[in-house]
Amino acid sequence: MKRVLLLSLVAAGCGALAALAYAWHGEMAPVSPPPAAAFERAQIERGASLALIGDCRTCHTAPGGPTFAGGLAMPTPFGTIYSTNITPDPETGIGRWPLAAFVRAMREGVDREGRHLYPAFPYDHFSLTTDADLAALYAFLMTRAPVVATAPANQLPFPINIRLVLAGWKLLFFHPEPFANNPARDAAWNRGRYLVEGLAHCGACHTPRNLMGAEIRSRAFAGGEAEGWTAYPLGAQSPVRVPWTKAALAQYLREGWQADHGVALGPMGPVTENLAEAPAQDIEAMADYLASLGTPASKTAMPKAPAPDASGQRPQSTGWQAAAIALPADTGAGRRVFAAACAVCHQAGRPLPLGGVDLALSTALAAETPQNLLNLILRGVPAADGLAAPVMPPFAAMDDTALTALLDYLRRDIAARPAWPDLAPAITAARRAASPQTNVNPAKGAP
Amino acid sequence: MTTFTVNGTRRTIAAAPDTPLLYVLRGELELNGAKFGCGLGQCGACTVLVDGEPVFSCVTPVMLLEGRAVRTLEGLGSAEAPGPVQAAFIAEQAAQCGYCIAGMIMRAQALLERDGDPDDAAILAALEPSLCRCGTHVRIVRAVKRAARAMAGKMEAVR
Amino acid sequence: MTQALSRRAVLRGTGALILAFSLSGRAFAQTETGASATPLRGLPGSLDATPRLDAWIRIAPDGTATIFTGKAELGQGIRTALLQVAAEELKLPLSRLDLITADTGRTPNEGYTAASHSVQDSGTAIRNAAAQVREILIGEAARRAGVARADLIARDGVIAGPAGLRLSYGELVSDTLLHVDAAPTSILTDPRDFTVMDRPVPRVDIPAKVTGGAAYVQDMRLPGMVHGRIVRPPSYGARLVALDAGPVEAMPGVLKVVRDGAFLGVIAEQEWTAIQAMRRLATLARWEETAQLPDEARLPEALMALPTRDTTILDVGQPDAPSFTLDTLFTRPYLSHGSIGPSCAIAHLEGDAMMVWTHTQGVYPLRDALAGLLAMPPEKVRCIHAEGAGCYGQNGADDAGADAAMLARALPGRPVRVQWMREQEHAWEPFGPGMVARVRAALGPDGAITAWQHDVWSQSHMMRPGPPGTLLAARDKAEPFPPAPPVDLPMPEGGGDRNAVPLYVLPNARAVNHFLPEMPLRGSSMRSLGGYLNVFAIESTMDELARRAGQDPVEFRMRHLQDERAKAVITTAAERFGWKDRPKPPAGGGYGFAFARYKNLEAYCAIALEVAIDADTGRLIVTRVMAAVDTGQVVNPDGVRNQIEGGIVQATSWTLFEGVRFDRRRITSVDWAAYPILRFSRVPRAVEVHIVPRPGLPFLGAGEAAQGPMGAALGNAIRDASGQRLATLPLDASRIRHAMMDPPPLR
Repeated sequence: MKRVLLLSLVAAGCGALAALAYAWHGEMAPVSPPPAAAFERAQIERGASLALIGDCRTCHTAPGGPTFAGGLAMPTPFGTIYSTNITPDPETGIGRWPLAAFVRAMREGVDREGRHLYPAFPYDHFSLTTDADLAALYAFLMTRAPVVATAPANQLPFPINIRLVLAGWKLLFFHPEPFANNPARDAAWNRGRYLVEGLAHCGACHTPRNLMGAEIRSRAFAGGEAEGWTAYPLGAQSPVRVPWTKAALAQYLREGWQADHGVALGPMGPVTENLAEAPAQDIEAMADYLASLGTPASKTAMPKAPAPDASGQRPQSTGWQAAAIALPADTGAGRRVFAAACAVCHQAGRPLPLGGVDLALSTALAAETPQNLLNLILRGVPAADGLAAPVMPPFAAMDDTALTALLDYLRRDIAARPAWPDLAPAITAARRAASPQTNVNPAKGAP
Repeated sequence: MTTFTVNGTRRTIAAAPDTPLLYVLRGELELNGAKFGCGLGQCGACTVLVDGEPVFSCVTPVMLLEGRAVRTLEGLGSAEAPGPVQAAFIAEQAAQCGYCIAGMIMRAQALLERDGDPDDAAILAALEPSLCRCGTHVRIVRAVKRAARAMAGKMEAVR
Repeated sequence: MTQALSRRAVLRGTGALILAFSLSGRAFAQTETGASATPLRGLPGSLDATPRLDAWIRIAPDGTATIFTGKAELGQGIRTALLQVAAEELKLPLSRLDLITADTGRTPNEGYTAASHSVQDSGTAIRNAAAQVREILIGEAARRAGVARADLIARDGVIAGPAGLRLSYGELVSDTLLHVDAAPTSILTDPRDFTVMDRPVPRVDIPAKVTGGAAYVQDMRLPGMVHGRIVRPPSYGARLVALDAGPVEAMPGVLKVVRDGAFLGVIAEQEWTAIQAMRRLATLARWEETAQLPDEARLPEALMALPTRDTTILDVGQPDAPSFTLDTLFTRPYLSHGSIGPSCAIAHLEGDAMMVWTHTQGVYPLRDALAGLLAMPPEKVRCIHAEGAGCYGQNGADDAGADAAMLARALPGRPVRVQWMREQEHAWEPFGPGMVARVRAALGPDGAITAWQHDVWSQSHMMRPGPPGTLLAARDKAEPFPPAPPVDLPMPEGGGDRNAVPLYVLPNARAVNHFLPEMPLRGSSMRSLGGYLNVFAIESTMDELARRAGQDPVEFRMRHLQDERAKAVITTAAERFGWKDRPKPPAGGGYGFAFARYKNLEAYCAIALEVAIDADTGRLIVTRVMAAVDTGQVVNPDGVRNQIEGGIVQATSWTLFEGVRFDRRRITSVDWAAYPILRFSRVPRAVEVHIVPRPGLPFLGAGEAAQGPMGAALGNAIRDASGQRLATLPLDASRIRHAMMDPPPLR
């Protein structure tokens, strides 16, 4: 509530001052959808790669819906915003957008009709993208299958539902500059920075935001939040046990897992699925830049605990699960739950990505909050659609007492960190977010 | 010792607290509904309801169930007096080998208890954790819809 | 014919499971069902091997009847179908019938429940036996009442006649009345008079299955029963070099650790204890493994490089065209049966007799194999079928039976239940073999096919028991049995070459079966055997040829067919689908059509379907399937539909997702995470099955009719949507995505 009030005040002030001078953008005349033949094949393919790096389809596709047709509900602290249809359908998509309108949307966050776009669409990153890359993306999108689909109306409170307010927001927080190469660094690093800071918009999740939803640039990559998941700090502030290397980052981005860190889950899952198909040299470049963000000063590589079956000869045909360990009578509840529910897979030595990660290395246990760990325990990792991928069952049946004991044990004994304070509200919030649709099917609205 | 209810009856379990619920149901309690399919929480054959929510009994140690309410296939009805979801599966002949069906029915039951009129997408999503190998999926979806109608009709009659 | 025994195979030690053998594989199991290929007595169906009527039907004094079949319920609904057949011809209500399935102590020997033969073999036998029993009862009634047969009628378990004459079956029957051999011909009920057959009778087994009744071998609880688990080697041919079982033997609740060579098992009072003991024992065993598996990424090349035994199975006209319009290599990976319930068995040694409850497909062949394994006389071993999860061919059922028997022998007097773990089923079951099919075809100037050549490479699809060496336990024992020789199932049913002979009329055609005696991975029968890949290859080629000839794929097939029943299913599927007037699909959409007659001997099936492909991800949804099927005389139309629907969905999964994964040492796809199959989100959105009625014609098996056409129809729909012909299975999202990225098809 406080947040909305503050935002209203600021918006009102800024809006009044800036509206006429800054807010006005004219409509760009619609065009006939360009035929596929209007674009070079090489340009389309380049656009396809850039769209993968930009993770476009993840936000612009509703669950189970056609790619790029929009309609995904994106919960924000201010309300729910629905992604739009970016297929070239002339009526409901961007089929009538000239290239200039597309460029303006990506650079300035203004649609063809001249309306301001909410920064859930990360134009504050996309603005770095070069003309040629934007033209390639445009070529790619305009040659996709047109889909007739209109996104549901955003659910935002007043005054945020007034798009003109965004002019004030932009005045305060959006100061785009073209990308400039750092001549002190090599081409790969510059390419990586161009992608990470630009199209890949890593900071949109991994940088904290202020009360008005703008990234706090002075704290770039200090960790943020996305869709109820913690986006871990990157670089020097990373909480990981084993520092990231360029090679490890490249593997993680490309394959969605890394033995010393775990598997990409939550909103990061689709990101790595996209990157898996992106050009390898671009992934290498991104890893190069991300690795240059630094490593945590106090942490050094920790030797991995030997798996229970160090010989590597465990016959997996009896199952990859570990036998129960006899626990002393005075063993605490948390360790008991861990031994019964977690260790059976997480201490069984099955290699990643299909095996359970060695929890001593898990970033989820080392993070500042238990949010991701709770999400994982309560939701599990559902089976991927037709692909070989890790599956973890949810443990939603665990009650708050067991969960609290388990988290304390994991945090203190496995991650060797001070216990998370105040688990109760975190558990309540995670349960609410994880519960299946409450009483009604939200797709059909309230009765 | 762990105590919880199974299909409404209070049970005190002798098995070690780290024993997965599946083996307690099938062994100590001699119930057939929950099936061993993978022991990994990947296939759903072992699905039962704990306080109304579907869980994989094969990976749920009984120590987590103190004071909770467990429902299995047996709790929904019998061959002589099948519950509405079971009756719908019989009416649609929604089984081939039938090994996965217990889990399917439990998931359908949980879905229908929280959403009396699920659309196709909701049904598919609710059943997604459960595997069927015979390819009975189309009939299973039909059976869930039939059960929804039957349960809605019953509600109507009560009113 | 090339006869070769590779050096590599010869060098393999006794620990190796897989061994090449070129000795006569035709000494046993000439057919997939294990039945004799040549009739002995000229009696219908399985009566030919078991002619005594009371081996099939017994009637109690209370007028109820017990039917005996050597076939097993595998979830295909055979129990209900056979009861319908018996009820119809006996003129007894279903409620007064009981059915005993495969049991070496009680039922006829009908070999394996396989190859879509059950209604054909057992249904035919029971139908004829029932009809003859009915006529015998009528004759007996006529004799007792002193009236003419023609004046009597059998109805509802009673022979009724003039002046209120009513003699119940129970009154008429005597010990010897039915103890006679069947006659070659029977008076069968006219299909127009059917009241039970050709009706969608609800399955008798479903109520128990949906309410938690004891329905499966997994659900059996015998007095004094204990729980066993097996520790299998980590890989084919692994050698056990060290084991200290002491810590496991000391575990509370563990009754025994059983060791015989590399065969390792544990027995415990409680199931969870047995699992813990198994896990402990697994960590205590040290194995020496060898890297003997082929390179998974180059599996087709590896298969084609193996020594072959070649058989020309079709040779007409001049198939050696100077050039071919198409020359395509179609490949499939090894496939897992993927039973949802891992294999399970219970064995009990009492005195000198071993009882085994098993979900094997062949109780008699397994009995013989177990007798060999245990060095017991066959008559002292009894195998009783109890249902398992659907198997779709030879999964671990027989091996689990052997495992249970090995453990039960070590703990006489206690029934031992052995339940395989998921990973054991996935790693050790005999897979559906990886295969390669090359099809070359030439089109003439008139758009007709002028030359056709089909070559198929495959290992055996028939490594079922019979010989003890087919069983894992027999290979792991300290004194192992020799590996069973690979069986090349002969035509016309065929094995790897099943359905490799097109049903199309081709003036110049050759088909060659390149049988691979070596088995890179353990393999055996899986639903439709080679038929799935051969139909995929043939029907993909037909579709492509039609496109090259500028003809509609359905019309192109029709012009190459003479078989009227084939034409009828194709026409039915096309018309019901609306093939001719199909609208131009939306972007990413496509239509596919395919047809086959399973084995060229069983049911006819044609499939038309529509898909929607998300070009960006390669995600494919089957939006609509229309199937038409001709299974001859139908026993249970809903049962036929259920089988065809199931085949359609299962083949969708095979085609889009599946392949056994392995490294050079081990099978790595040991669970559902590593071996994904279709889940609900990808289920075909609408499936319709139309049965072309053929009253009075012989039964044709339906259980495997849809798989080949479904796979091919999917490939053809992807071709329609993308313009690309995909020939490497599975047609997964990545392959479809790349096909969709290529220039759009010219419509």
